[in-house]
Amino acid sequence: MQPIITTKNVKLSYGSFEALHDINLDFEKNKITALIGPSGCGKSTYLRCLNRMNDLIDGVTITGSFKLNDLDMYDEKTDVVELRRKVGMVFQQPIPFPLSIRENVAYGLKLNGHVAKEFIDQRVEESLRQAALWDEVKDRLNDSALSLSGGQQQRISIARVLAVRPEVILMDEPTSALDPISSAQIEDTLLALKKDYTIIIVTHNMQQATRLSDKTAFFNLGNLIEFDTTEKLFMNPSKKETDDYVNGKFG
Amino acid sequence: MHELFADELKKLRGRFMEMGINVSEQIYASTKSFIDHDLKAANKVIEDDITTNKEEVSLEERALKLIALQQPVASDFRAIISILKASTDLERMGDYSVNIARETIRVKGNPRVNEIEKAIDEMTKLIREMLEEALDAYVRNDEKMARKVALRDLEADKQYILIRNNITAAMQQDSETVVANSGYMMVVRLLERMGDHIVNLSEWIVYNASGELVELNPGKKDPEMVQKLLNDKL
Repeated sequence: MQPIITTKNVKLSYGSFEALHDINLDFEKNKITALIGPSGCGKSTYLRCLNRMNDLIDGVTITGSFKLNDLDMYDEKTDVVELRRKVGMVFQQPIPFPLSIRENVAYGLKLNGHVAKEFIDQRVEESLRQAALWDEVKDRLNDSALSLSGGQQQRISIARVLAVRPEVILMDEPTSALDPISSAQIEDTLLALKKDYTIIIVTHNMQQATRLSDKTAFFNLGNLIEFDTTEKLFMNPSKKETDDYVNGKFG
Repeated sequence: MHELFADELKKLRGRFMEMGINVSEQIYASTKSFIDHDLKAANKVIEDDITTNKEEVSLEERALKLIALQQPVASDFRAIISILKASTDLERMGDYSVNIARETIRVKGNPRVNEIEKAIDEMTKLIREMLEEALDAYVRNDEKMARKVALRDLEADKQYILIRNNITAAMQQDSETVVANSGYMMVVRLLERMGDHIVNLSEWIVYNASGELVELNPGKKDPEMVQKLLNDKL
């Protein structure tokens, strides 16, 4: 199967410190891939490379090849705003803007130059439905997003990404700040989104990785140690290092 | 947190080994009671099986608790699952020993056939050797050794068929021995089944070591195999 994202020989340094050592990793379309590993292993750094979020950090050097289908992500001619529309990101903490629920979801659309009210309303509804939030908020779209619970705010963040119709959604520990019920709702949402989107998720929660993902990549000390189907990685990993980590023996 | 798990797993492995050794002794005691016509020993086997059954339940409780509370994966998960499954095989072998002890009681006082009792004694030795080797393979987490043990089941199957033929012949020769012979038939059948459970045990050892679920019973892969081996020999 043709991967949607292909990365080859990825190296990233902060000044003279190399944080990622020659990572080769591909992502299949309509699959959920989990990136796991101890804190500081490079998984979030790697994730942020996939929509050029590291560009803004001083002293960062990134080498290697990053492709989204045929698009060279790091080519000079590549429009970073357009790349980030195609490869959206959801962060650990929900980021509600101090705006209404509707405006929160429509934010990206307006940024991309859409103004027609009918189109925006339709996208807002579709995105909120996809994020499994529509039924809870449809009667109060004009209320402030700040009035929502943490779990709802995180689903607002997801709806905002979905509104611009990305191809890939990056998630950096999207449920670590949420209670188990909200986490389960987000997980259900992700599983439902899989048929339309490709999802790459960084998580510290092993059970979440096993419940959600089709494939798992295990990082340690800036290296990609093992990449396989989630089933294989958690049932019978090839490397002792992986076995130890998934059972909490280090990290 | 993880030390606690390692500690619990070590205990679980210890309990499993203990159970295995007890079952091996049960097999020995039950067939010995059968061959010695020893009612007292037979009754003791039946009583002792209560301990084996309790051991299995307590083992299962510990294993399930570890799975529910610690959510092990990969090799830790396989270690627990293989104990959980293999303990069922051990428990069943304990039940078979009880059945043999019951035959001792049933057959007591009837005319016997010495040669067949000797053959049963030989077969018991083979089964116990296999069980002890399997337990050894478990302790060493030795996949190769487990596969070798499973292969020995062919020998057990061969002995089973040969003894069965001798039993039929003995019954035809002397109808006085029919009661004893029906007991022999039951006992060798139970010993043969024990061999199959030892093969299962070996399969769980392979799973624990390699993550592979395998079918190691040579007779299951080819039901004619044992008969063919016997034909070649005759």
